[in-house]
Amino acid sequence: MAKKILTEHINVPGIETFDVYRKQGGYTAVEKAIKTMTPEEVVEEAKKSGVRGRGGAGFPMGMKWGFLAKPEGVPRYLVCNADESEPGTFKDHHLMKSIPHLLIEGMIISSYALGANKSFIYVRGELMYVIRILEKAIEEAKAQGFLGKNILGSGYDLELVVQPGGGAYICGEETALLESLEGKRGNPRNKPPFPAVKGLYQSPTVVNNVESIANMSWIINNGGDAYAAIGVGRSTGTKLISASGHIQKPGVYEIELGVSVDEFLNSDEYCGGIRKGHYLKALVAGGSSVPILPANLITKTANGEDRLMTYESLSDGGFATGTMLGSGGFIVFDETACIVRNTWNFSRFYHHESCGQCSPCREGTGWMEKVLHRIEHGHGSMHDVDLLVDISKKIEGNTICPLGDAAAWPVASAIRHFRDEFVWHITNPHEATQPGAVYRGEMELA
Amino acid sequence: MTETPNLVAFTPERLEKVKEIIARYPEGRQKSALLPVLHVAQEQWGWLSSEVMDYVAGILSIEPVEVYEVATFYTMYHLDPVGKHVIEYCRTGPCCLMGGEDVYGYLKQKLGVEAGQTTADGLFTLKEVECLAACGWGPVFQIREQFYMNLTNDKVDQIIEDLSK
Repeated sequence: MAKKILTEHINVPGIETFDVYRKQGGYTAVEKAIKTMTPEEVVEEAKKSGVRGRGGAGFPMGMKWGFLAKPEGVPRYLVCNADESEPGTFKDHHLMKSIPHLLIEGMIISSYALGANKSFIYVRGELMYVIRILEKAIEEAKAQGFLGKNILGSGYDLELVVQPGGGAYICGEETALLESLEGKRGNPRNKPPFPAVKGLYQSPTVVNNVESIANMSWIINNGGDAYAAIGVGRSTGTKLISASGHIQKPGVYEIELGVSVDEFLNSDEYCGGIRKGHYLKALVAGGSSVPILPANLITKTANGEDRLMTYESLSDGGFATGTMLGSGGFIVFDETACIVRNTWNFSRFYHHESCGQCSPCREGTGWMEKVLHRIEHGHGSMHDVDLLVDISKKIEGNTICPLGDAAAWPVASAIRHFRDEFVWHITNPHEATQPGAVYRGEMELA
Repeated sequence: MTETPNLVAFTPERLEKVKEIIARYPEGRQKSALLPVLHVAQEQWGWLSSEVMDYVAGILSIEPVEVYEVATFYTMYHLDPVGKHVIEYCRTGPCCLMGGEDVYGYLKQKLGVEAGQTTADGLFTLKEVECLAACGWGPVFQIREQFYMNLTNDKVDQIIEDLSK
């Protein structure tokens, strides 16, 4: 069995309560950090661990912490990004509802490391029941002296606030999240200045994903070096993967980074293979925004090496033949899935969620959705395929925040690898408009 | 001079809650309370009329337009009256792979409404939402704080029947 850092105790009955969590060794990392370590030493352990941002960007967390400006007399903030809304990704949802104290403990340690006395957990408003669970856990931790004034007699104060969002995917982008937290529309800010210098209330701020922060208890208890010993190369530690689509066992799995895609997809420990009687057609490895890959490129790289679940291996080959680990949203398509319909669906999502601030994204996402709609519904022309590629190129890299890229990549990659299917939809309009009509042409199906 | 009674006001319990929310933020940053307070307002009135939004602006000492621009941006705030139960149906990719489109079609047919409409008896409002972060357990919809997962037509029948009682 693979090493479990985040989910080892997740199935213990009552683990959502302080008492049971404590009995399983919970909050010992807070005691260790606050009583025996300086904040700098905690930051050092985070750096040694090599843990990378688990929200999708994959930037080393300890290094990000190192950028935090520390002007005298100005408060600093830690904000936890729990606005998980990327289609295919539901790991933070699972973690927070099942073992809320793991996040709270990580928030205390991280806030202590950064010198923050008020920290926020920004949760998407759709998960109101999760917000209640977190609020209850915070009350429990406070009653036990792990939050509030003078934590464990150390003189360190921390107040933890759970903030509900209002239903906007864009608020998962860190600067949009900060705008939202200030009570405004979630319009991303231009960078620089980066949040580490001017973030929440124009004060130095660190924004980290739920899963990244939840790793801190284990890192403090076991040391950053022990964490870095798990995984492969710069992909250290474990990662939660949200598996959905046409597989035997959808769900959230914790893997050691470095397990092969083939093993993750087919072993009983994880997804249990493709639905019975079907075979793999395509796969999105890291949430809806990352490039989709056909079956022949997902388990092996273009060079024929085994594809591993690491940041590096999944992106091997760049966007021509590779993809990204992203947020770990593992969406599996068997041969019954219509790539055109799915691409239109994702495109509709990004159009709906664009904040509208940058013209290429505001106009481009809507345009792509429109073109994909007409292809899927039997009214496309051959020119439309190249048009889609052209629009995606004009969005990519031309917006303030990465939502533009996120909207462009699924479309560009679907056409890169499944152009025949788009063409088939256009040349067989009557068949294409039949519900469930799927191109089964000469694609390389494993 | 007679005073005009304020027709829009939080219940005493909710007003306490709102004060507690405002106190979470640093001095002068009470605007941060806007999203959570709008959730409380929606809980009380079901939707956000302009009167309610003006009232919230007054409580937070901000301009009404600052409330309007936020309420119109976030999809969870209802700007029109809704039914007793708002069904937020996930229409996004992974749920569709699990048969989400068929179940959605069935639900619409059963309720006799399209997205954004309320049933004639005022019981159900149907709303399409984007990914609810429950993709492994799709198809899924949410009613208030309750998630309904692994939906089938039979399950839909049962849920609608239970809520119609």
